Amino acid sequence: MEKVIWTKKDLLGIEYLSREEIELILYTAQSFKEVTTRQIKKVPALRGKTVVNLFYEPSTRTRISFELAAKRLSADVINVAIEASSVRKGETLIDTGRNIEALNIDIIVVRHNCSGAPNILSRSVAASVVNAGDGWHEHPTQALLDVFTLKSKLGHIDGLKVSIIGDIAHSRVARSNIWALGKLGAAVTVCAPKMLIPEGIEKIGAKVTNDLDEALEGADAINVLRMQFERDSVVAFPSKLEYFKQYGITRDRLEKCKKNIVVMHPGPINRGIEMSSEVADGQNSVILEQVTNGIAVRMAVLYLVSHAKKRREQEKV
Amino acid sequence: MTLKEKTKILDKESMDRTLERIAHEIIERIKSIDEIALVGIKNRGAHLGVRLADKIKNISGSRPLVGALDITLYRDDLTQVSEQPVVHATEIDFDIEGKKIILVDDVLFTGRTIRCALDALVDFGRPGQIQLAVLIDRGHRELPIRADYVGKNVPTSNKEVVEVKLSEVDGKDEVVICEKTE
Repeated sequence: MEKVIWTKKDLLGIEYLSREEIELILYTAQSFKEVTTRQIKKVPALRGKTVVNLFYEPSTRTRISFELAAKRLSADVINVAIEASSVRKGETLIDTGRNIEALNIDIIVVRHNCSGAPNILSRSVAASVVNAGDGWHEHPTQALLDVFTLKSKLGHIDGLKVSIIGDIAHSRVARSNIWALGKLGAAVTVCAPKMLIPEGIEKIGAKVTNDLDEALEGADAINVLRMQFERDSVVAFPSKLEYFKQYGITRDRLEKCKKNIVVMHPGPINRGIEMSSEVADGQNSVILEQVTNGIAVRMAVLYLVSHAKKRREQEKV
Repeated sequence: MTLKEKTKILDKESMDRTLERIAHEIIERIKSIDEIALVGIKNRGAHLGVRLADKIKNISGSRPLVGALDITLYRDDLTQVSEQPVVHATEIDFDIEGKKIILVDDVLFTGRTIRCALDALVDFGRPGQIQLAVLIDRGHRELPIRADYVGKNVPTSNKEVVEVKLSEVDGKDEVVICEKTE
């Protein structure tokens, strides 16, 4: 770990990271996890830095997780609620970014409904940009906390069989997970009804199946994605009950799997649609551990990217 | 910049004797082993902490609590160093409340590492007392900090570097003074 040096200003997606960089984030997160278990859950590493949470899409858990992570590093945090901001008055993303920067902000955490928005933002500001989910593109910190949780459960990622089940087409979590697991040496299968498998997903390293039993057989872990019935674009499946029958994870189905199979879900869960309550609250579920680990992982990311700006300031001198 | 080895100050045997003496000094000043805990500063201080604990056990029959502290997040030069230092885990799995904590490090130099360690330690609770044990004190303090137990006082110049090598990390036990050459 000593030899890997983090040089990136931003975290835009897992696609752009090397295996060593992913491992450095996981290693750093392990150290921060200890901090989150102390009585005083705070370290002064980002004292005097300012983090802005710029969320163009509603989010509670990711925003809270980033906010807690920044606060536990002693950074100051500002949450920008887009409904109340000048974006409603027609300001562009780049202008918003530059204005935030004029306020001497160090890190912008951005969630946007357009794929690639963080990439555009990162090119127009000197501050570090952390992607908290962009369109159907990537949600890198979710994938990092998923592999972190998996690694702490099973000890390693290399050689694992992991199946991602659910709405792959509209899922940035799926995409980031495929990249992360692939780079760390796991074999990834995605499983969903045909209409929810995006074209070309196998090109980024996932095996595709429409058969749940095939996806579960021999799997060391499953990551069950949320069916986003609230989105208008999801008309791909006739009924929730029908989906649960064919793709829902139940105790019966789990009993045929590997005994220690790890069940993950990025939340929020639709109980009785993606999985039954028995499974969600069962022994194999690590869903709440994922939430806990999210803070440590995001602390690690903020800590690592915060340095890039410093480095460039030094180069200027 | 390269380092040129100048003098060897400690070899395997003398390092062992030095640690043995520190262990005796620690025992001399306490009533019972239960009242103390050793906390080594990562990386090499942590290994020295374990060695001292083993020696205290050999002499007194009971082994004190041992922990390891990573001070990276408390460094006052985080905004100045050119590479973000790797953060290692802190391992203190006991309650430090009211305990007499003996910090252990390999080299005492400017005192800034110890300042960080003090900050880090009080985030774990309120120790009854904090003391400091170091293998080498090389002078050049920038803060009002001194050690309670010193293995060896070594006068050095600012151009020199004190390298402590431990078998756990470096494959052998020795302390050498090196000189920076361009």
